[in-house]
Amino acid sequence: MITEYLFYFLSFVSLFGAVKVLLSKKPVHSVLYLTLTFFTMAGHYILLNAQFLAVVHIIVYAGAIMVLFLFTVMLLNLNIEGEFPKSAWMKIIATVTGCLLFLTLIGSLKTFELEMINNPNLSQIGLVKNLGKTLYKDYLLPFELSSLLFLSAMVGAVMLGKNEKQ
Amino acid sequence: MEGTIAQLQVIPLNYYIIFCAALFAIGVVGVLVKRNALVIFMSVELMLNSANLLLTAFSAYRNDPAGQIFVFFIMVVAAAEVAIGLALLVVVYRSTKTIDINVLNRLKW
Repeated sequence: MITEYLFYFLSFVSLFGAVKVLLSKKPVHSVLYLTLTFFTMAGHYILLNAQFLAVVHIIVYAGAIMVLFLFTVMLLNLNIEGEFPKSAWMKIIATVTGCLLFLTLIGSLKTFELEMINNPNLSQIGLVKNLGKTLYKDYLLPFELSSLLFLSAMVGAVMLGKNEKQ
Repeated sequence: MEGTIAQLQVIPLNYYIIFCAALFAIGVVGVLVKRNALVIFMSVELMLNSANLLLTAFSAYRNDPAGQIFVFFIMVVAAAEVAIGLALLVVVYRSTKTIDINVLNRLKW
């Protein structure tokens, strides 16, 4: 019972945060509301018994990505509101498009049956031990390739961020 | 009997699908509505997050750890994407003094 209430509460808060990301005028407020959404997503992971993912999510998103966003906003002094007007017509069309996409995704639910094999409250696959076994046994090559991706991303970010005029 | 009680207390998988679809739609609206490149990046993050949560939900309900490994890889790619994207944003800001994406239409034609 408490799981259900927690699910509703977390879903409400994260949808609220996601909407506020779009509605707030200042980029800093958007970043902070996005952080709220990310924390509630971590709560969702814990509800699904994916503890390892919850911890990694907080470390990567709230710890690294949000700090990167905040640094960019503050270092470039981008916190100016009302700088980017877009016509109301475009906004209405975009919102209608988003609602239609949502309806399509929900409507596609009706055509198939979802069967639940496992009770997520009892599942143990979210623990580090089981995930590590799968990661290092079946997905070893993608894991190594992702380290290459990180290296190239780091080199690329440094190359782009370098001021070549000096 | 015990199994049915445990089954009843579980949140249906449909709820997760509806919630993730809503979050994804909000992200799509953000990409379409906003002109600030930074907020567009944030909307992309929202969409990635909704996909992550849905993968986790399916992996938990079907007892398959592969889904959670995929989420792990998506997080890796998202981190790399944000690093590169924000570096590009800094370069764009240096050359145009704005991050309005409507200024960046030189490759349009």
